[in-house]
Amino acid sequence: MKGVYTWGAILAIVFASVVGDVLLARAMKQVGDVGALRRRAGLGIVISRTLSNGNFILGVMAMAVAFFSLLFALSWGDVSLVAPAAASLTFIGNAVAARIFLRERVDRRRWIAASLVAAGVALLAG
Amino acid sequence: MNFRKYLVLAGVTVFAAAGDAMLSHGMKQTGSISLNHLQGVIFAVLNPWVAAGIFLLLAFFATYMTALSWADLTYVLPASSFGYVLLALVARFLLHEQVSPLRWIGIALITGGVGFIAGGPALTEHPRESKQGARATEIATKAPLCDSAQGTLLAKNARNGAPTGVQS
Repeated sequence: MKGVYTWGAILAIVFASVVGDVLLARAMKQVGDVGALRRRAGLGIVISRTLSNGNFILGVMAMAVAFFSLLFALSWGDVSLVAPAAASLTFIGNAVAARIFLRERVDRRRWIAASLVAAGVALLAG
Repeated sequence: MNFRKYLVLAGVTVFAAAGDAMLSHGMKQTGSISLNHLQGVIFAVLNPWVAAGIFLLLAFFATYMTALSWADLTYVLPASSFGYVLLALVARFLLHEQVSPLRWIGIALITGGVGFIAGGPALTEHPRESKQGARATEIATKAPLCDSAQGTLLAKNARNGAPTGVQS
């Protein structure tokens, strides 16, 4: 039974952090190239434009949900299972979500990269 | 991708790894925090290692957001995962911890994955944008001194106004 709770919390972490990453990525694409914007408008404009972006605010909230799910998961399961499982599933989930929601071209090169990194993270943190 | 952008990606990697390492070092000094003793959090933040870790993680967030403003999520994430490799190397050569063969394989896999994306383009050029749309985007991103509002509007129109039925 504890295993079910742990995996439920892991899936919640993965879901929330994928949502957060996609929202933050979309927010920053809307803000535009930060380096160029800072050079012509100043750092204050960059910060205020980022912080007032709706997607950014939602993204940060999703990241907070992911963080609290992590706390729950850690109270039910071992860190040696939760951390690598959540991290590597997030890489795969992000590749899928970026393709669907951000329309990034996730070609074979990027699939291989995401899979290799996911496997590597699982081995490293395990 | 120019030198400055590679520097930002290096910042994402280094700040995340160093921030995590300092945070974990500091939290081991302060001891565990339970829900019944939430005031422990305040003492934890007063620990210089924890404070430095939080500062570095803020720096990580700033560089991560900067990278996402000009590169794809599927490019930035694998690139930033190189921090795991740095952490393992620091653990092995500075802290003299044992790194098991399985972890060395993990390091090799991550390094290989990062090498794979590094050779590709950093940003997806959206093919559904018409030539006009691409030009508008270019105006929006490249015009250095004009008020960006017009350019942004043009780019937005180009993005929204793509003909229907050319999904993907």
